[in-house]
Amino acid sequence: MSGENVVNILQSVNQALADAMADDAKVVVLGEDVGDPEGGGVVGATQGLSTRFGETRCRSTPIAEQAIVGAAIGASLVGYRPVAEIMLMNFTAVAMDMMVNHAAKLRYMSGGQTSVPIVIRTMTGAGFSNGGQHSDYVEGWFAHTAGIKVVAPSTAADAYGLMRSCIDDPDPCLFIENIPTYWLPDTAAVPGSRVPLGQAKVTREGTDLTIIAYSRVAREALAAADELAKAGISAEVVDLRTISPWDKKTVLASVSKTGRAIVAHEALRHFGPGGEIASTISEELFSKLKAPVTRLGAPTAPVPFSKPLEEAFMVGSKDIVPAAKVLAAYK
Amino acid sequence: MSVAIVDETSAGTGIARPSDDILIDIYRKVALIRLNDDRSVAVLKSGRLSMPYYSPRGQEVIPSAVSAALREDDYICTIYRGIHDMLAKGMPLRDLWAEIAGRITGICKGKGGPMHLTYPDKGIMVTTGIVGSSMPIANGLAWASQMDGNDKVTVAYFGDGASNIGAFHEAMNLAGLWKLPVVFVCQNNQFSEHTTYAKSTAAERIADRAAGYNMPGERVDGNSPIEMYDAASRAVERARSGQGPTLIEAMTFRFSGHVYGDDDAYMDPAVKAEAVAADPVPRFRSWLLSEGIATETELAAIEEAIKVDLDEAVRFAETSAFPEIEELQRDVFADEDVK
Repeated sequence: MSGENVVNILQSVNQALADAMADDAKVVVLGEDVGDPEGGGVVGATQGLSTRFGETRCRSTPIAEQAIVGAAIGASLVGYRPVAEIMLMNFTAVAMDMMVNHAAKLRYMSGGQTSVPIVIRTMTGAGFSNGGQHSDYVEGWFAHTAGIKVVAPSTAADAYGLMRSCIDDPDPCLFIENIPTYWLPDTAAVPGSRVPLGQAKVTREGTDLTIIAYSRVAREALAAADELAKAGISAEVVDLRTISPWDKKTVLASVSKTGRAIVAHEALRHFGPGGEIASTISEELFSKLKAPVTRLGAPTAPVPFSKPLEEAFMVGSKDIVPAAKVLAAYK
Repeated sequence: MSVAIVDETSAGTGIARPSDDILIDIYRKVALIRLNDDRSVAVLKSGRLSMPYYSPRGQEVIPSAVSAALREDDYICTIYRGIHDMLAKGMPLRDLWAEIAGRITGICKGKGGPMHLTYPDKGIMVTTGIVGSSMPIANGLAWASQMDGNDKVTVAYFGDGASNIGAFHEAMNLAGLWKLPVVFVCQNNQFSEHTTYAKSTAAERIADRAAGYNMPGERVDGNSPIEMYDAASRAVERARSGQGPTLIEAMTFRFSGHVYGDDDAYMDPAVKAEAVAADPVPRFRSWLLSEGIATETELAAIEEAIKVDLDEAVRFAETSAFPEIEELQRDVFADEDVK
């Protein structure tokens, strides 16, 4: 990474929105504080958009999550491509009816007469001592809902390409941004490029075991793989990128090769997305597995405030490495 | 709260009577809703059809008059008790009946059912089974019209119970703030499911809530075609000309229990009897005759034509095929291969 190709995830999201708005006048942005007079978003993800495209196309809203998602849905029914920001993922709970009962279901319930091509951007993640209502990963709620796609990039290039694909997509997409990794320098995407939805990426090849992860934990998996290599264990890392629909083909191909799998995420372990993936691996590859599939996720507790507790809560390399060593010991 | 007995001449109200053509158009819609309700109950009773049915009986005039003030390309969002709203906006009977019978020929291929009927060709964009959810989405349709610079108007229909839900207040605030071309039509049938207005709503009048959102709020007799048409016309014109939203509280009464088949013991028999005695449908019909706006022959012809259409719609529905099982996972996403 050097020179002008270095950006971070936050800048990539911003660039993707700007490029999409420049390409298509029907792409509009709405949410709390998204306009430049309000700071262009609380972390600046939408900075510059209202100045460049006007406050009609990048419109700050009241703190009213149902009204925000409802407005996005309504406009999308008649040709717009709204990108609605629900500032923090915990606030999706306030908009749940609009997201789950309406955005996700109107295509089906209308027999395909209407569709809801909206993107809901939201950020989350422990690490900044934001406590129990500003840090949760609740992607499982939405992955469990038919009719909405769930996306969670871990790199700047994927953030750009996935956002462009979400905006292009004819169906609703939930786009999850991780707060602590927003500002890490990374390689920029090719302008205009797309990352297909539902397509995982093997971010590191290996032979002994497969680590399946997404969002911040996909970066942790790479760090874990580095450490495991020093211990003579060759780990393959699959970054799901899209949680629903997830890329079974890539995951199953990798685990077919390695025979061992760890599924890791920041969401709670119990009833988390890892359960679905681990179960599918076990069902499909039973005879090829050398070890039980391992799930790593947060312990069953709300996200704690106190730093040592929060660090213990967050799944990372510290959890993946020992779990991988246990798995590698199965012959 | 008693049921107002309307003077259809609107004597003393200063409201101008709409043209005879408009009045007859409203009656045609009222009769369609009424006769469709009769047929729905008859077919349900026969056991040939099984569906959750939320009868709009008693509320026929409201959407009939509102729709007479709308254009075909205006939008509506309505609720599970909204078949009258859809019929008034132009939902074809065949498509409706095949849908509520769960057939592949239904307007939603049998996958939506009576609570999710949708017909974008006539602007029937969303029907929700969730109380209070029509308003936030109506705002979005109106927002699109505002951005497009066209003059389409969106109507959000809902009941008195919905005015106590957070989404109502979020939507009203946004509409007032953004001056959206939307008309909020609250059909105050005096019941939130089984609970009376008095036991569920702190405000004396739902219309009063509009003041908090910087929009006009007006309570009208929803069972009076003239008053309802007048209020709707003014609200629609206000929205169409860019002046923003209006909240109309249309007073009416639900003649039956919340859902077909429920024991409506929670409804005061005396209040119900008073409302039924003031049934707006025959009253409107008699008035049209007494005023010489239509003849018995003309009204009978309207009703007969509807009955013929209903016969054909029910026949079409009952002879249509059910969806193939392959339909189950179709229309989840645009791309059928995404599971």
